[in-house]
Order: sequence, then C-alpha cells, then structure tokens
Amino acid sequence: MPFIPHTPDDVAHMLEVIGAGSIDDLFDEIPGALMARPLDAVPPALSEMEVARLLTERAARDGRLLNFVGAGAYEHHIPAPVWAIATRGEFYSAYTPYQAEASQGTLQLIYEYQSMISALTAMEVSNASMYDGASALAESCLMAVRSNRASTSRRILLPRTVNPTYAQVARAITHNQNIDFEIVNYAPSEGRLAPQALGAYAGRDFAALIVQQPNFFGTLEEVDALTDWAHANNVLLVAVVNPIALALLKPPGEWGSGDAGKRGADIVCGEGQPLGVPLASGGPYFGFMSTRMAHVRQMPGRIVGRTLDTQGRPGFTLTLQAREQHIRRSKATSNICTNQGLMVTAATIYMSLMGAAGLERVATASAERTAQLLGVLTQIPGVALAFDTPRFHEAVLTLDRPVGPVLEALAERGIAGGLDLAASYPELEHALLVCATETKLDADIDAYARAMADLMRSSRGARAAIRGA
Amino acid sequence: MSEKIPVDLRYTRSHEWVRQLPNGQAEVGITDHAQEALGDLVFVEVPPLDRRLSAGETCAVVESVKAASDVYSPVTGRVIARNEELVQKPELANSEPYGAGWLFRVELDGGALGGPFLTASEYEQFLQEAA
Repeated sequence: MPFIPHTPDDVAHMLEVIGAGSIDDLFDEIPGALMARPLDAVPPALSEMEVARLLTERAARDGRLLNFVGAGAYEHHIPAPVWAIATRGEFYSAYTPYQAEASQGTLQLIYEYQSMISALTAMEVSNASMYDGASALAESCLMAVRSNRASTSRRILLPRTVNPTYAQVARAITHNQNIDFEIVNYAPSEGRLAPQALGAYAGRDFAALIVQQPNFFGTLEEVDALTDWAHANNVLLVAVVNPIALALLKPPGEWGSGDAGKRGADIVCGEGQPLGVPLASGGPYFGFMSTRMAHVRQMPGRIVGRTLDTQGRPGFTLTLQAREQHIRRSKATSNICTNQGLMVTAATIYMSLMGAAGLERVATASAERTAQLLGVLTQIPGVALAFDTPRFHEAVLTLDRPVGPVLEALAERGIAGGLDLAASYPELEHALLVCATETKLDADIDAYARAMADLMRSSRGARAAIRGA
Repeated sequence: MSEKIPVDLRYTRSHEWVRQLPNGQAEVGITDHAQEALGDLVFVEVPPLDRRLSAGETCAVVESVKAASDVYSPVTGRVIARNEELVQKPELANSEPYGAGWLFRVELDGGALGGPFLTASEYEQFLQEAA
C-alpha cells in the first residue's frame, strides 16, 4: 500500500475547492494517446533465482556485438581499478552530500575532478559536472546568452556538424526561454564548417557560436579561424569537445590566434562518458563544463573551492552558491543544481590512473585503429570515404546502397557496424558513421572488413544475376 | 532620525536609495539596512554604460556569501557612470553604503527624479513596520 497522507475526505475537499471533478481531470490536457495504459502483461512475481535465470537468458539472446558505433558514446577500455575504487563504500554514492563540508573527501574528489577538466580544456574553472553532454550544451547556450555583455541577442549559431541529438536537447531545454537557433550548414565536400561562409552572419548580433571538435562526422573543424571570427563579431564561442581527443588536439582554451587572455573558447562542454564510464545502453553518463573566470557567476551547477578553515588548515567547500536555486530561487543560473557524482568519481579515478601520457596513448591508438578500419573498408568496392578531411577516431562512409539493411545483415553476423545517418542527414546518400577505439584489435577490424566485403559482394552478385536473367 | 538613513536621500521599498545630483543626474545605491541584511558582499554587478533603465527594472546584482539580490533601478534614464572601485571592492557597499559604495549614476529622462519615493522618515517607519 502506498503511503498517501490524504484521506478520501481530504481529496474530495481539495477537488471541491479547485473545482475539479476528479484527480484524473487534473491531467486532461495530456492527449489521450500519450496516457500510459495499465500494464496487462505483467507476469506473477518470480523468485530471485528465477529472475536471475530469466535475465541471464535474455542477455545471452541479445548477444554482445562487436561495436563500431560511436556518435557521441565511445567504447574505451576501463581499467579494473576504476570501478573497484569507485564502488568502495567511501565513494559509492550518486549524491553530493547535503551537509557538504562534512564530507571533505567527496569535496576533494570533486575539486580534483574540476582541476583535471580545467587542465584538459585549458580553461580557468570547471563545475562539478552536469547530467550529460547534451544537457551541458543546453546549459552552455543559456549561459552564453546571460554572459554575452556585448550582445542582447538570444540567437545562437548552431552548425549542422554538432551532434543532432544535442541540438534536439538544446532546443527542448531552451525553447521556453525564447532562445533561437540559426542553423549553419557545412561545406558538403569537407564535412566541416567553412569559416569564410560565416561572413553571411556577420553584423547580425548573435550571442554565441557552437563548435563541436571533433564534429559529429569525426572531422576536425578549423577551430582557430572559427574562434577568431566569433570574437571579432562579439559572439561567444561555445566548444563541444571529446575529452579523450583533447589529449592530442589543441585545447579549446587555446583556440584562435589572439594573444593569450584574448583567445580561446568562452564556454566548453562535452560528454564525459569516454573517461571510464561504461556504455550501459546510454547512461548514466555525465556532462562536463568549464569556462573563464570572467563568466564564472553565470556558470550553472555546483563548484567546489579550496579554502582555509578558522585554524588556517586547507579544506574544501562549496563556493559561489549564491548562483544556485536553493539561494537565488527563480533567478538561479539553472534549475539543474546537481551533478553526476558517481560518474565523476569514476572519471576522476580513470584520469588519475591513466595520467596525461595514458590518455594520449588511448587517443593515439583510437585514431590509428580508425585509420586502419577506414583503410580496409574503403578497399571494398561500393564503400568510399565521404569526406577526405582530417579526423580523429570517427568518419563517414558512403555505400552504394541503403545503409539500414547492411547494418541489419552485419548485426546478424555479430557486428554493430556504425550509425545510419539517413534520418539526420538525408542529403548524404547512404552515409554510415563508423568509429574504432583502442578496444578494436586487428582481428576485430578484419572481421568487420570480411563481413562487409561479403555483404557487398553477395548482393552485387545477386543483382548481376538478376540483370543477367 | 538615524544617521543610518540620511535625510537628503530618497528611498524605495526595495531598499535602494537615490541622490539627486546637479545637471539632471542621479546616483543610486543600496541602503544600510540592505547591506546589513545581505551580510559581507563578495560581488557586485553594475549595469553597463549607456544602458537605458526604466524605473523598477532589474539593473544590478549584489551578492554576499549567503545570498544574491537584484537591485531595481529607482529612476528612468541612461547609465553614465559605474562605480568601478566598488566592482573591485564590493565591501565598500557594506562600509559606506551611502558614500563610496554607490552603484551607478544615471542621466535622468527629463532631468526629474520621478518617484514616488520614500523620505528618510517614511523609510525608517517602513523598516519599523516590516520588522
């Protein structure tokens, strides 16, 4: 029995006061088609042993595909100590404690995390994390509109090379705050923005330009030219970055050709999952966000600072809390005033164990494995590279036939062959986004290439036979 | 009359003060009561130069370690000066709320303060009633 403190009399009285006939009437604005219907197929309760057996069988039926899908979530090796340490009793909580300063260990961990993210992105300050990369971008858009003192615009330049899911989430979250996105197309032959094409937007007052590096196609954007354009036009630059790629690429804090202090992205965000968080069917992941001190009061979320106690001993504390909703109510920087504590714990342990050199080895190996994969796949007749521009660990292939059936046939052979771009990029005919990380070995890449060659050949043969008949 | 409420200023119920200056200008700050309620200020955000303000509009933020509050412009006009020293040293609004702790100056539309405002005695009475 659920604990509901209201008696039937209480409920009837409340309904009478507000003039509603029943509790269901309160939900009548929800279209009928969207209302959840009662579950009619829930089986009777099973014992723990029976449930374990059932789920094991189902997991086996799903199988474990050899994964070449990236598109925002990346399969990297997670060293065993990461989760062995993260799940120790001292760490194992999703929450930042409410009596925060009593939990010095938790605060120190978050402080170390912030320091690592700041170093990785070459920015001055990081928050304690966000829900995921997509919502971190949405929050970055809101923050940019608040932060851009040179502009009163609520419009943001959103390139199509930004992850389409992120674009969708950013729209959904910012819609009711009257933020408009102006879509910027990419150079069709390059799969990246053409900085000179931004001239069309000059003088039209935008709050921010979003740049994803590497972009959704895996291609490297010309971030220096894009950043310079933004700053020359009083537009804040919001960078969306892959933290693993930052081990090799120029960090956003150094983008652009201006003098130190003037160059660089203004707000940096991204998906933290590649840093020790398992794919796990899509979550929980965590978003990261960093900025310059000049914008820190507009940055949402918790921030841990280092301070001295009354006896002069170092300690950690939540700082700049006046921005947050428990104090600033409706004027808070965000309604999301939490963080992904447990995922951040794993990421901090991952980064500590890998170190700068380890991250660089992961990044290098991923880029090399992708180059190797592209090398063998593009040998296959009917498979070609869509864009011949610099990339990191992901790329778009074009096939000589629709991608969907090819992916289904690959899945039957135990291979998740990539992401079909038909829905998001209909102008790219038969486009397939593929990714290989350091987890893919020679044998894996060979297996993919053999399966792909087989599929492309067999249906070619079938078609040729039909034509011959 | 308490020295914490100077008689030559005008006041709002949201705890701003306004001082008429020569040449149709005015100076704006927060009252001693406001700074005391907020506690030690750590950050002040003042409106940019040339911004047009309407009376009652949110135009500045004062932040202490415990709270952040909006400041509402008591007057209508154009911002002609910001207290840059206060931005560097927010504690001036605690120590000298009616002097070195001023926030910004405005060129008044039509040269007039507008209003209605509270006089010092009315503001003092307002504080006593609210207490």
